[in-house]
Amino acid sequence: MQFTSLILSNVEVSPGYWRMRMTAPPECASAQPGQFVMVRVNGAIDPLLRRPFGIFDVGTYTPAQSGAVAQPYLEMLYRVVGKGTTMLSTLHGSDLLDILGPLGKGFDLGAADEEKLIVGGGVGLAPLYLLARELVKESKVRLFAGGRTRDDILCITEFERLGIECYTATEDGSLGECGLVTEALLRRLDQLQGRASIYACGPHGMLNAVANIAAERGIPCQVSLEGYMACGVGACLGCVAPGHSHSPETPDFRCVCTEGPVFESGELKWRD
Amino acid sequence: MMKPDMTVNLAGIPLRNPVMTASGTFGYGEEFAEYVDMESIGAFVTKGLSLKPRAGNPTPRIVETPGGMLNAIGLQNVGIDAFIAKKVPYFRSVNTPAIANFFGNTIDEYAEMARRLDEIAEVAALEVNISCPNVKHGGIVFGTDPASASSVVTACRAATKKPLIVKLSPNVTDVVVMARACEDAGADALSLINTLTGMAIDLEKRRPVLANITGGFSGPAIKPIALRMVWQVAKAVKLPIIGIGGIMNATDALEFMLAGATAVQVGTASFINPGAAQKIAEDMEAWLIVHGVADIKSLIGALES
Repeated sequence: MQFTSLILSNVEVSPGYWRMRMTAPPECASAQPGQFVMVRVNGAIDPLLRRPFGIFDVGTYTPAQSGAVAQPYLEMLYRVVGKGTTMLSTLHGSDLLDILGPLGKGFDLGAADEEKLIVGGGVGLAPLYLLARELVKESKVRLFAGGRTRDDILCITEFERLGIECYTATEDGSLGECGLVTEALLRRLDQLQGRASIYACGPHGMLNAVANIAAERGIPCQVSLEGYMACGVGACLGCVAPGHSHSPETPDFRCVCTEGPVFESGELKWRD
Repeated sequence: MMKPDMTVNLAGIPLRNPVMTASGTFGYGEEFAEYVDMESIGAFVTKGLSLKPRAGNPTPRIVETPGGMLNAIGLQNVGIDAFIAKKVPYFRSVNTPAIANFFGNTIDEYAEMARRLDEIAEVAALEVNISCPNVKHGGIVFGTDPASASSVVTACRAATKKPLIVKLSPNVTDVVVMARACEDAGADALSLINTLTGMAIDLEKRRPVLANITGGFSGPAIKPIALRMVWQVAKAVKLPIIGIGGIMNATDALEFMLAGATAVQVGTASFINPGAAQKIAEDMEAWLIVHGVADIKSLIGALES
Protein backbone atom coordinates (compact mmCIF):
# COMPACT_ATOMS: atom_id res chain seq x y z
CA MET A 1 0.00 0.00 0.00
CA GLN A 2 0.99 3.62 -0.48
CA PHE A 3 0.51 6.16 2.30
CA THR A 4 1.54 9.58 3.54
CA SER A 5 3.30 9.47 6.85
CA LEU A 6 3.96 12.17 9.43
CA ILE A 7 7.42 12.09 10.96
CA LEU A 8 7.20 11.85 14.73
CA SER A 9 10.93 11.92 15.47
CA ASN A 10 14.22 11.65 13.63
CA VAL A 11 17.23 11.18 15.90
CA GLU A 12 20.91 10.44 15.31
CA VAL A 13 21.50 7.37 17.49
CA SER A 14 25.21 7.01 16.65
CA PRO A 15 27.44 9.08 14.38
CA GLY A 16 25.98 8.70 10.87
CA TYR A 17 23.08 6.45 11.95
CA TRP A 18 19.55 7.74 12.40
CA ARG A 19 16.34 6.35 13.79
CA MET A 20 13.07 7.73 12.46
CA ARG A 21 9.60 7.17 13.85
CA MET A 22 6.61 7.99 11.67
CA THR A 23 2.86 7.49 11.64
CA ALA A 24 1.58 4.47 9.76
CA PRO A 25 -1.77 3.01 8.76
CA PRO A 26 -3.13 0.17 10.92
CA GLU A 27 -2.11 -2.40 8.27
CA CYS A 28 1.55 -1.77 9.14
CA ALA A 29 1.03 -3.21 12.61
CA SER A 30 1.05 -6.66 11.02
CA ALA A 31 4.27 -6.10 9.04
CA GLN A 32 6.42 -9.24 9.06
CA PRO A 33 9.91 -8.90 10.49
CA GLY A 34 12.25 -8.47 7.51
CA GLN A 35 9.81 -6.57 5.33
CA PHE A 36 10.78 -3.13 4.06
CA VAL A 37 9.33 0.18 2.93
CA MET A 38 10.17 2.38 -0.07
CA VAL A 39 10.45 5.99 1.02
CA ARG A 40 10.22 9.03 -1.22
CA VAL A 41 12.55 11.53 0.40
CA ASN A 42 10.83 14.54 -1.18
CA GLY A 43 8.51 15.40 -4.05
CA ALA A 44 11.26 16.73 -6.34
CA ILE A 45 13.04 14.81 -9.08
CA ASP A 46 16.44 14.73 -7.37
CA PRO A 47 16.63 12.30 -5.72
CA LEU A 48 14.29 10.70 -8.21
CA LEU A 49 13.80 7.19 -6.90
CA ARG A 50 12.48 5.93 -3.60
CA ARG A 51 14.92 4.45 -1.11
CA PRO A 52 14.37 1.04 0.51
CA PHE A 53 14.60 0.72 4.31
CA GLY A 54 14.06 -2.27 6.56
CA ILE A 55 11.34 -1.88 9.16
CA PHE A 56 13.05 -1.54 12.55
CA ASP A 57 9.94 -1.60 14.69
CA VAL A 58 6.18 -1.11 14.67
CA GLY A 59 4.00 -0.14 17.60
CA THR A 60 1.48 2.35 18.87
CA TYR A 61 1.85 5.73 20.54
CA THR A 62 -0.69 8.04 22.13
CA PRO A 63 -0.57 11.62 20.84
CA ALA A 64 -0.16 14.32 23.48
CA GLN A 65 -3.63 15.85 23.05
CA SER A 66 -6.16 15.02 25.76
CA GLY A 67 -8.54 12.26 24.77
CA ALA A 68 -6.28 11.07 21.96
CA VAL A 69 -6.41 7.38 21.07
CA ALA A 70 -3.38 5.23 20.38
CA GLN A 71 -2.03 5.50 16.80
CA PRO A 72 0.19 3.06 14.92
CA TYR A 73 3.74 4.02 14.03
CA LEU A 74 6.69 2.47 12.26
CA GLU A 75 10.38 3.02 12.76
CA MET A 76 13.39 2.76 10.50
CA LEU A 77 17.04 2.71 11.40
CA TYR A 78 19.19 4.08 8.58
CA ARG A 79 22.71 5.06 7.76
CA VAL A 80 23.54 8.29 5.95
CA VAL A 81 25.37 7.15 2.81
CA GLY A 82 24.37 9.48 -0.01
CA LYS A 83 22.16 12.30 -1.17
CA GLY A 84 18.83 10.64 -0.32
CA THR A 85 19.73 9.58 3.20
CA THR A 86 21.44 12.92 3.87
CA MET A 87 18.18 14.68 2.98
CA LEU A 88 16.23 12.23 5.10
CA SER A 89 18.43 13.05 8.09
CA THR A 90 17.54 16.76 7.79
CA LEU A 91 13.80 16.11 8.13
CA HIS A 92 12.02 16.92 11.38
CA GLY A 93 8.92 16.00 13.31
CA SER A 94 5.75 17.05 11.40
CA ASP A 95 7.44 16.70 7.98
CA LEU A 96 5.60 14.36 5.61
CA LEU A 97 6.90 11.34 3.74
CA ASP A 98 5.36 9.31 0.90
CA ILE A 99 5.79 5.62 1.70
CA LEU A 100 5.15 2.36 -0.14
CA GLY A 101 4.96 -0.83 1.88
CA PRO A 102 5.36 -3.01 3.80
CA LEU A 103 6.97 -4.88 0.91
CA GLY A 104 8.72 -8.18 0.30
CA LYS A 105 8.95 -11.52 2.02
CA GLY A 106 10.03 -11.42 5.67
CA PHE A 107 11.69 -13.92 8.00
CA ASP A 108 10.19 -17.33 8.76
CA LEU A 109 10.02 -17.50 12.55
CA GLY A 110 10.76 -21.24 12.60
CA ALA A 111 10.13 -23.71 15.44
CA ALA A 112 9.90 -22.51 19.04
CA ASP A 113 12.29 -25.14 20.45
CA GLU A 114 15.30 -23.94 18.40
CA GLU A 115 17.82 -21.52 19.76
CA LYS A 116 17.68 -18.43 17.55
CA LEU A 117 21.02 -16.88 16.68
CA ILE A 118 20.67 -13.39 15.19
CA VAL A 119 23.69 -11.91 13.45
CA GLY A 120 23.76 -8.25 12.48
CA GLY A 121 26.49 -6.10 10.94
CA GLY A 122 26.22 -2.32 11.29
CA VAL A 123 22.95 -0.97 9.93
CA GLY A 124 22.09 -4.59 9.12
CA LEU A 125 20.55 -4.61 12.60
CA ALA A 126 17.68 -2.53 11.15
CA PRO A 127 15.30 -5.38 10.25
CA LEU A 128 16.47 -7.61 13.12
CA TYR A 129 14.92 -5.81 16.07
CA LEU A 130 11.33 -6.52 15.05
CA LEU A 131 12.46 -10.09 14.37
CA ALA A 132 14.06 -10.41 17.82
CA ARG A 133 10.92 -9.05 19.44
CA GLU A 134 8.87 -11.79 17.80
CA LEU A 135 11.35 -14.64 18.31
CA VAL A 136 11.90 -13.91 21.99
CA LYS A 137 8.23 -14.63 22.70
CA GLU A 138 8.79 -18.35 22.17
CA SER A 139 12.49 -19.09 21.90
CA LYS A 140 15.89 -18.55 23.42
CA VAL A 141 17.48 -15.75 21.38
CA ARG A 142 21.08 -14.58 21.17
CA LEU A 143 22.26 -11.52 19.24
CA PHE A 144 25.69 -11.18 17.64
CA ALA A 145 26.28 -7.57 16.60
CA GLY A 146 29.36 -6.54 14.69
CA GLY A 147 30.84 -3.39 13.23
CA ARG A 148 34.08 -1.66 12.35
CA THR A 149 33.97 0.52 15.48
CA ARG A 150 31.68 1.06 18.46
CA ASP A 151 29.79 3.66 16.40
CA ASP A 152 28.55 0.85 14.15
CA ILE A 153 26.97 -1.11 17.01
CA LEU A 154 23.42 0.21 17.10
CA CYS A 155 20.57 0.11 19.59
CA ILE A 156 22.05 -2.74 21.62
CA THR A 157 20.23 -1.61 24.78
CA GLU A 158 16.94 -2.07 22.90
CA PHE A 159 17.82 -5.70 22.24
CA GLU A 160 19.03 -6.19 25.81
CA ARG A 161 15.72 -4.88 27.11
CA LEU A 162 14.01 -7.74 25.31
CA GLY A 163 15.99 -10.10 27.57
CA ILE A 164 18.29 -11.22 24.77
CA GLU A 165 21.89 -12.17 25.42
CA CYS A 166 23.97 -9.81 23.26
CA TYR A 167 27.53 -10.41 22.01
CA THR A 168 29.34 -7.53 20.36
CA ALA A 169 32.49 -7.50 18.27
CA THR A 170 34.29 -4.61 16.60
CA GLU A 171 37.16 -4.76 14.18
CA ASP A 172 39.08 -2.08 16.14
CA GLY A 173 38.19 -3.48 19.56
CA SER A 174 36.47 -0.27 20.67
CA LEU A 175 33.46 -2.23 21.88
CA GLY A 176 33.08 -5.89 22.84
CA GLU A 177 35.64 -8.31 21.54
CA CYS A 178 38.16 -7.33 18.92
CA GLY A 179 37.51 -9.11 15.63
CA LEU A 180 34.71 -10.33 13.45
CA VAL A 181 31.26 -11.09 14.74
CA THR A 182 31.38 -14.49 13.06
CA GLU A 183 34.08 -15.60 15.54
CA ALA A 184 31.66 -15.07 18.42
CA LEU A 185 28.98 -16.90 16.46
CA LEU A 186 31.31 -19.87 15.88
CA ARG A 187 32.13 -20.14 19.59
CA ARG A 188 28.46 -20.26 20.45
CA LEU A 189 27.85 -22.90 17.79
CA ASP A 190 30.65 -25.02 19.35
CA GLN A 191 28.80 -25.03 22.67
CA LEU A 192 25.41 -25.60 21.14
CA GLN A 193 23.24 -28.39 22.41
CA GLY A 194 20.04 -29.01 20.53
CA ARG A 195 18.76 -27.33 17.43
CA ALA A 196 19.39 -23.78 16.31
CA SER A 197 18.73 -21.50 13.39
CA ILE A 198 20.51 -18.38 12.19
CA TYR A 199 19.07 -15.05 11.03
CA ALA A 200 21.48 -12.56 9.50
CA CYS A 201 21.56 -9.12 7.92
CA GLY A 202 24.59 -6.99 7.18
CA PRO A 203 27.40 -6.40 4.69
CA HIS A 204 27.65 -8.98 1.93
CA GLY A 205 31.01 -10.31 3.17
CA MET A 206 29.54 -11.00 6.60
CA LEU A 207 26.48 -12.70 5.09
CA ASN A 208 28.76 -14.80 2.92
CA ALA A 209 30.75 -15.93 5.97
CA VAL A 210 27.59 -16.67 7.95
CA ALA A 211 26.05 -18.60 5.05
CA ASN A 212 29.19 -20.73 4.75
CA ILE A 213 29.25 -21.44 8.50
CA ALA A 214 25.58 -22.44 8.40
CA ALA A 215 26.16 -24.71 5.41
CA GLU A 216 29.18 -26.42 7.00
CA ARG A 217 27.29 -27.11 10.20
CA GLY A 218 23.97 -27.94 8.62
CA ILE A 219 22.13 -25.18 10.46
CA PRO A 220 19.16 -23.48 8.82
CA CYS A 221 19.99 -19.88 8.00
CA GLN A 222 18.00 -16.98 6.64
CA VAL A 223 19.66 -13.84 5.33
CA SER A 224 18.16 -10.47 4.49
CA LEU A 225 19.75 -8.85 1.44
CA GLU A 226 20.12 -5.25 0.44
CA GLY A 227 19.42 -4.49 -3.20
CA TYR A 228 19.72 -1.38 -5.32
CA MET A 229 16.19 -1.07 -6.63
CA ALA A 230 14.03 1.47 -8.42
CA CYS A 231 10.51 0.21 -7.70
CA GLY A 232 10.33 -2.32 -4.84
CA VAL A 233 7.43 -4.14 -6.48
CA GLY A 234 9.18 -6.51 -8.89
CA ALA A 235 8.97 -4.42 -12.06
CA CYS A 236 12.37 -2.83 -12.60
CA LEU A 237 14.34 -6.08 -12.07
CA GLY A 238 17.27 -3.98 -10.90
CA CYS A 239 17.73 -5.63 -7.50
CA VAL A 240 18.30 -9.25 -8.46
CA ALA A 241 20.79 -11.49 -6.61
CA PRO A 242 22.44 -14.65 -7.98
CA GLY A 243 20.62 -17.85 -7.00
CA HIS A 244 22.49 -21.02 -5.94
CA SER A 245 22.79 -22.47 -9.44
CA HIS A 246 23.95 -19.20 -10.97
CA SER A 247 26.85 -19.13 -13.39
CA PRO A 248 27.64 -16.84 -16.31
CA GLU A 249 26.56 -19.65 -18.67
CA THR A 250 23.38 -20.56 -16.77
CA PRO A 251 22.22 -17.39 -15.05
CA ASP A 252 19.84 -17.78 -12.12
CA PHE A 253 18.68 -14.49 -10.62
CA ARG A 254 16.28 -13.91 -7.72
CA CYS A 255 14.38 -10.67 -7.31
CA VAL A 256 15.35 -9.19 -3.92
CA CYS A 257 12.25 -7.01 -3.54
CA THR A 258 9.59 -9.64 -4.22
CA GLU A 259 11.26 -13.06 -3.75
CA GLY A 260 13.21 -11.59 -0.79
CA PRO A 261 14.66 -9.57 0.80
CA VAL A 262 14.84 -12.58 3.12
CA PHE A 263 16.14 -15.80 1.59
CA GLU A 264 17.17 -19.20 2.92
CA SER A 265 20.92 -18.89 2.57
CA GLY A 266 20.99 -22.10 0.53
CA GLU A 267 18.85 -20.46 -2.17
CA LEU A 268 21.65 -18.04 -3.02
CA LYS A 269 25.10 -18.23 -4.58
CA TRP A 270 28.03 -17.63 -2.19
CA ARG A 271 31.81 -17.61 -2.49
CA ASP A 272 33.51 -20.55 -0.77
CA MET B 1 -18.81 21.57 -18.52
CA MET B 2 -19.41 18.03 -19.70
CA LYS B 3 -16.79 15.37 -19.22
CA PRO B 4 -14.31 15.74 -22.07
CA ASP B 5 -13.88 12.97 -24.62
CA MET B 6 -10.61 11.32 -23.58
CA THR B 7 -10.72 8.51 -26.14
CA VAL B 8 -8.19 8.13 -28.90
CA ASN B 9 -7.80 5.54 -31.62
CA LEU B 10 -4.35 4.06 -31.92
CA ALA B 11 -3.91 2.19 -35.19
CA GLY B 12 -7.35 0.63 -34.84
CA ILE B 13 -7.23 0.04 -31.09
CA PRO B 14 -9.73 2.22 -29.25
CA LEU B 15 -8.20 3.54 -26.02
CA ARG B 16 -10.32 5.03 -23.21
CA ASN B 17 -7.58 7.62 -22.79
CA PRO B 18 -4.11 8.15 -24.29
CA VAL B 19 -2.12 6.99 -21.24
CA MET B 20 -0.28 3.70 -21.56
CA THR B 21 2.48 2.18 -19.47
CA ALA B 22 5.92 1.65 -20.99
CA SER B 23 7.52 -1.74 -21.50
CA GLY B 24 9.90 -2.80 -18.75
CA THR B 25 8.37 -0.50 -16.14
CA PHE B 26 5.07 -2.24 -15.47
CA GLY B 27 5.93 -5.95 -15.30
CA TYR B 28 3.20 -7.98 -17.00
CA GLY B 29 0.46 -5.76 -15.57
CA GLU B 30 -0.64 -7.89 -12.65
CA GLU B 31 2.25 -6.67 -10.46
CA PHE B 32 0.58 -3.24 -10.40
CA ALA B 33 -3.04 -4.27 -9.88
CA GLU B 34 -2.74 -3.39 -6.19
CA TYR B 35 -1.73 0.18 -7.01
CA VAL B 36 -3.54 1.06 -10.23
CA ASP B 37 -7.14 0.75 -11.32
CA MET B 38 -6.20 -1.08 -14.49
CA GLU B 39 -9.38 0.17 -16.14
CA SER B 40 -8.40 3.80 -15.59
CA ILE B 41 -5.55 3.69 -18.13
CA GLY B 42 -5.59 3.45 -21.90
CA ALA B 43 -3.45 0.33 -22.32
CA PHE B 44 -0.52 -1.46 -20.73
CA VAL B 45 2.62 -2.83 -22.35
CA THR B 46 4.44 -5.95 -21.12
CA LYS B 47 8.10 -6.42 -20.34
CA GLY B 48 9.97 -7.25 -23.58
CA LEU B 49 9.40 -10.91 -24.48
CA SER B 50 11.60 -13.40 -26.31
CA LEU B 51 11.26 -16.98 -27.55
CA LYS B 52 13.41 -18.34 -24.71
CA PRO B 53 13.43 -17.00 -21.14
CA ARG B 54 16.28 -14.60 -20.49
CA ALA B 55 18.04 -14.13 -17.16
CA GLY B 56 19.41 -10.68 -17.95
CA ASN B 57 22.66 -8.93 -17.08
CA PRO B 58 24.83 -9.16 -13.96
CA THR B 59 24.40 -6.55 -11.21
CA PRO B 60 24.60 -3.63 -10.54
CA ARG B 61 21.89 -3.12 -13.13
CA ILE B 62 20.57 0.30 -12.21
CA VAL B 63 21.90 3.56 -10.90
CA GLU B 64 20.27 6.89 -10.27
CA THR B 65 21.68 10.10 -11.73
CA PRO B 66 20.30 13.63 -11.33
CA GLY B 67 16.82 13.70 -12.81
CA GLY B 68 17.03 10.21 -14.19
CA MET B 69 18.28 6.66 -13.95
CA LEU B 70 20.40 4.28 -15.96
CA ASN B 71 19.36 0.67 -16.37
CA ALA B 72 21.04 -2.32 -17.93
CA ILE B 73 18.61 -5.11 -17.08
CA GLY B 74 19.42 -7.04 -20.25
CA LEU B 75 15.86 -7.91 -21.30
CA GLN B 76 15.25 -10.38 -18.45
CA ASN B 77 11.89 -12.00 -19.20
CA VAL B 78 9.96 -15.22 -18.70
CA GLY B 79 9.93 -16.23 -22.38
CA ILE B 80 6.90 -16.69 -24.63
CA ASP B 81 5.77 -20.08 -23.26
CA ALA B 82 5.66 -18.95 -19.62
CA PHE B 83 4.10 -15.68 -20.76
CA ILE B 84 1.22 -17.57 -22.36
CA ALA B 85 0.83 -19.99 -19.43
CA LYS B 86 1.27 -17.63 -16.50
CA LYS B 87 0.82 -14.01 -17.54
CA VAL B 88 -1.84 -13.95 -20.27
CA PRO B 89 -4.66 -15.37 -18.07
CA TYR B 90 -4.59 -12.14 -16.05
CA PHE B 91 -5.29 -10.11 -19.20
CA ARG B 92 -8.77 -11.68 -19.40
CA SER B 93 -9.73 -10.14 -16.07
CA VAL B 94 -9.11 -6.54 -17.14
CA ASN B 95 -11.01 -4.64 -19.78
CA THR B 96 -7.93 -2.75 -20.98
CA PRO B 97 -5.85 -3.52 -24.07
CA ALA B 98 -2.67 -5.47 -23.31
CA ILE B 99 0.19 -4.80 -25.71
CA ALA B 100 3.02 -7.32 -25.96
CA ASN B 101 6.51 -5.90 -26.38
CA PHE B 102 8.95 -8.37 -27.93
CA PHE B 103 12.37 -8.82 -29.49
CA GLY B 104 14.51 -11.46 -31.17
CA ASN B 105 18.16 -12.24 -31.77
CA THR B 106 17.61 -12.65 -35.51
CA ILE B 107 15.03 -11.54 -38.05
CA ASP B 108 13.59 -15.07 -38.05
CA GLU B 109 13.19 -14.92 -34.29
CA TYR B 110 11.41 -11.58 -34.53
CA ALA B 111 9.02 -13.08 -37.10
CA GLU B 112 8.50 -16.21 -34.99
CA MET B 113 7.68 -14.06 -31.95
CA ALA B 114 5.21 -12.02 -34.00
CA ARG B 115 3.54 -15.27 -35.15
CA ARG B 116 3.30 -16.63 -31.60
CA LEU B 117 1.90 -13.38 -30.22
CA ASP B 118 -0.52 -13.06 -33.14
CA GLU B 119 -2.21 -16.28 -31.95
CA ILE B 120 -2.97 -14.86 -28.49
CA ALA B 121 -6.49 -13.41 -28.48
CA GLU B 122 -5.81 -11.46 -25.27
CA VAL B 123 -2.99 -9.48 -26.88
CA ALA B 124 -4.42 -6.36 -28.52
CA ALA B 125 -1.30 -5.23 -30.35
CA LEU B 126 2.41 -5.94 -30.74
CA GLU B 127 5.21 -3.53 -29.95
CA VAL B 128 8.44 -4.60 -31.58
CA ASN B 129 11.56 -3.53 -29.71
CA ILE B 130 14.38 -2.69 -32.09
CA SER B 131 15.96 -0.32 -29.63
CA CYS B 132 17.20 -1.94 -26.43
CA PRO B 133 20.67 -0.49 -25.83
CA ASN B 134 21.73 -3.12 -23.29
CA VAL B 135 22.14 -6.31 -25.30
CA LYS B 136 24.22 -6.98 -28.38
CA HIS B 137 21.44 -8.65 -30.33
CA GLY B 138 17.72 -8.27 -30.13
CA GLY B 139 17.57 -4.58 -30.18
CA ILE B 140 19.85 -1.78 -31.01
CA VAL B 141 21.63 -3.47 -33.93
CA PHE B 142 18.29 -3.50 -35.72
CA GLY B 143 17.26 -0.10 -34.45
CA THR B 144 20.17 1.98 -35.65
CA ASP B 145 20.28 0.92 -39.30
CA PRO B 146 17.29 1.71 -41.53
CA ALA B 147 17.77 -1.34 -43.77
CA SER B 148 17.90 -3.73 -40.77
CA ALA B 149 14.90 -2.04 -39.17
CA SER B 150 13.01 -2.36 -42.42
CA SER B 151 13.81 -6.10 -42.62
CA VAL B 152 12.59 -6.69 -39.05
CA VAL B 153 9.37 -4.77 -39.57
CA THR B 154 8.69 -6.42 -42.94
CA ALA B 155 9.14 -9.88 -41.38
CA CYS B 156 6.91 -9.05 -38.40
CA ARG B 157 4.31 -7.44 -40.64
CA ALA B 158 3.99 -10.64 -42.62
CA ALA B 159 3.60 -12.63 -39.40
CA THR B 160 0.76 -10.72 -37.73
CA LYS B 161 -2.54 -9.08 -38.54
CA LYS B 162 -2.61 -7.32 -35.18
CA PRO B 163 -1.60 -3.68 -35.02
CA LEU B 164 2.21 -3.50 -35.15
CA ILE B 165 3.92 -0.74 -33.18
CA VAL B 166 7.66 -0.19 -33.66
CA LYS B 167 9.61 1.25 -30.73
CA LEU B 168 12.38 3.52 -31.94
CA SER B 169 15.79 4.24 -30.48
CA PRO B 170 17.00 7.79 -29.93
CA ASN B 171 20.59 6.57 -30.34
CA VAL B 172 20.69 7.44 -34.03
CA THR B 173 21.85 10.38 -36.10
CA ASP B 174 18.43 11.01 -37.63
CA VAL B 175 15.37 9.44 -36.05
CA VAL B 176 13.25 10.52 -39.02
CA VAL B 177 15.14 8.19 -41.34
CA MET B 178 14.35 5.27 -39.02
CA ALA B 179 10.72 6.32 -38.68
CA ARG B 180 10.24 6.48 -42.46
CA ALA B 181 11.90 3.08 -42.92
CA CYS B 182 9.48 1.53 -40.44
CA GLU B 183 6.47 3.27 -42.00
CA ASP B 184 7.45 2.03 -45.45
CA ALA B 185 7.93 -1.52 -44.11
CA GLY B 186 4.34 -1.67 -42.85
CA ALA B 187 4.32 -0.48 -39.25
CA ASP B 188 0.94 0.69 -37.94
CA ALA B 189 2.32 3.02 -35.26
CA LEU B 190 5.63 4.22 -33.84
CA SER B 191 6.58 4.57 -30.19
CA LEU B 192 9.47 6.79 -29.22
CA ILE B 193 11.81 7.20 -27.56
CA ASN B 194 13.47 4.22 -25.92
CA THR B 195 16.29 5.03 -23.49
CA LEU B 196 19.43 6.96 -24.41
CA THR B 197 22.71 5.13 -23.98
CA GLY B 198 24.49 6.57 -20.97
CA MET B 199 27.13 5.81 -18.38
CA ALA B 200 27.95 6.48 -14.75
CA ILE B 201 31.38 6.25 -13.13
CA ASP B 202 32.34 5.65 -9.51
CA LEU B 203 35.26 8.02 -9.05
CA GLU B 204 36.64 6.43 -5.85
CA LYS B 205 36.63 2.94 -7.36
CA ARG B 206 37.61 4.27 -10.81
CA ARG B 207 35.09 1.86 -12.27
CA PRO B 208 31.83 2.05 -14.18
CA VAL B 209 28.88 1.80 -11.79
CA LEU B 210 26.93 -0.63 -13.98
CA ALA B 211 28.24 -4.16 -14.54
CA ASN B 212 27.25 -3.69 -18.19
CA ILE B 213 29.33 -0.45 -18.22
CA THR B 214 26.67 1.44 -20.20
CA GLY B 215 22.93 1.56 -19.66
CA GLY B 216 19.73 3.12 -20.89
CA PHE B 217 19.05 6.59 -19.51
CA SER B 218 15.44 7.41 -18.64
CA GLY B 219 13.46 9.76 -16.43
CA PRO B 220 12.50 13.43 -16.49
CA ALA B 221 15.98 14.49 -17.66
CA ILE B 222 15.36 13.02 -21.14
CA LYS B 223 12.01 14.70 -21.79
CA PRO B 224 13.29 17.59 -23.94
CA ILE B 225 15.08 15.18 -26.28
CA ALA B 226 12.02 12.93 -26.50
CA LEU B 227 9.71 15.86 -27.22
CA ARG B 228 11.98 17.08 -29.99
CA MET B 229 12.11 13.62 -31.61
CA VAL B 230 8.34 13.10 -31.40
CA TRP B 231 7.81 16.51 -33.00
CA GLN B 232 10.31 15.73 -35.79
CA VAL B 233 8.81 12.33 -36.55
CA ALA B 234 5.21 13.56 -36.36
CA LYS B 235 5.95 16.05 -39.12
CA ALA B 236 7.56 13.38 -41.30
CA VAL B 237 5.25 10.36 -41.13
CA LYS B 238 1.50 9.69 -41.29
CA LEU B 239 1.53 6.97 -38.63
CA PRO B 240 0.15 7.57 -35.16
CA ILE B 241 2.88 8.17 -32.61
CA ILE B 242 3.17 7.12 -28.99
CA GLY B 243 5.27 9.68 -27.12
CA ILE B 244 7.62 8.32 -24.46
CA GLY B 245 10.41 9.89 -22.43
CA GLY B 246 10.45 11.31 -18.93
CA ILE B 247 6.69 11.78 -18.58
CA MET B 248 6.10 12.42 -14.88
CA ASN B 249 2.77 14.27 -14.89
CA ALA B 250 -0.21 15.36 -17.00
CA THR B 251 1.58 18.49 -18.20
CA ASP B 252 4.37 16.40 -19.68
CA ALA B 253 1.87 14.04 -21.33
CA LEU B 254 -0.14 16.88 -22.88
CA GLU B 255 3.04 18.48 -24.22
CA PHE B 256 3.81 15.24 -26.07
CA MET B 257 0.33 15.32 -27.59
CA LEU B 258 0.82 18.88 -28.81
CA ALA B 259 4.11 17.74 -30.35
CA GLY B 260 2.15 15.18 -32.35
CA ALA B 261 1.64 12.11 -30.18
CA THR B 262 -1.71 10.28 -30.31
CA ALA B 263 -0.92 8.48 -27.06
CA VAL B 264 1.83 8.46 -24.46
CA GLN B 265 3.66 5.88 -22.37
CA VAL B 266 4.58 6.42 -18.73
CA GLY B 267 7.78 4.62 -17.76
CA THR B 268 10.19 5.56 -15.00
CA ALA B 269 7.40 7.46 -13.20
CA SER B 270 5.71 4.10 -12.43
CA PHE B 271 8.81 3.05 -10.46
CA ILE B 272 8.44 6.08 -8.23
CA ASN B 273 4.65 6.00 -8.00
CA PRO B 274 3.16 2.69 -9.11
CA GLY B 275 -0.12 4.58 -9.61
CA ALA B 276 1.49 7.27 -11.80
CA ALA B 277 -0.25 6.34 -15.08
CA GLN B 278 -3.70 6.52 -13.49
CA LYS B 279 -2.93 9.84 -11.82
CA ILE B 280 -1.65 11.28 -15.09
CA ALA B 281 -4.80 10.20 -16.97
CA GLU B 282 -7.01 11.77 -14.28
CA ASP B 283 -5.02 14.99 -14.22
CA MET B 284 -5.11 15.24 -18.04
CA GLU B 285 -8.88 15.07 -17.91
CA ALA B 286 -8.93 17.75 -15.21
CA TRP B 287 -6.73 19.97 -17.40
CA LEU B 288 -9.12 19.58 -20.31
CA ILE B 289 -12.06 20.57 -18.12
CA VAL B 290 -10.26 23.63 -16.76
CA HIS B 291 -9.25 24.71 -20.25
CA GLY B 292 -12.61 23.98 -21.86
CA VAL B 293 -11.23 21.37 -24.27
CA ALA B 294 -14.06 19.01 -25.23
CA ASP B 295 -12.03 16.36 -27.04
CA ILE B 296 -8.46 15.36 -26.28
CA LYS B 297 -7.94 14.41 -29.94
CA SER B 298 -8.06 18.13 -30.76
CA LEU B 299 -4.69 18.49 -29.01
CA ILE B 300 -2.82 15.97 -31.18
CA GLY B 301 -0.21 17.88 -33.13
CA ALA B 302 -1.89 21.17 -32.21
CA LEU B 303 1.39 22.89 -31.44
CA GLU B 304 1.28 26.51 -32.56
CA SER B 305 4.34 28.13 -34.02
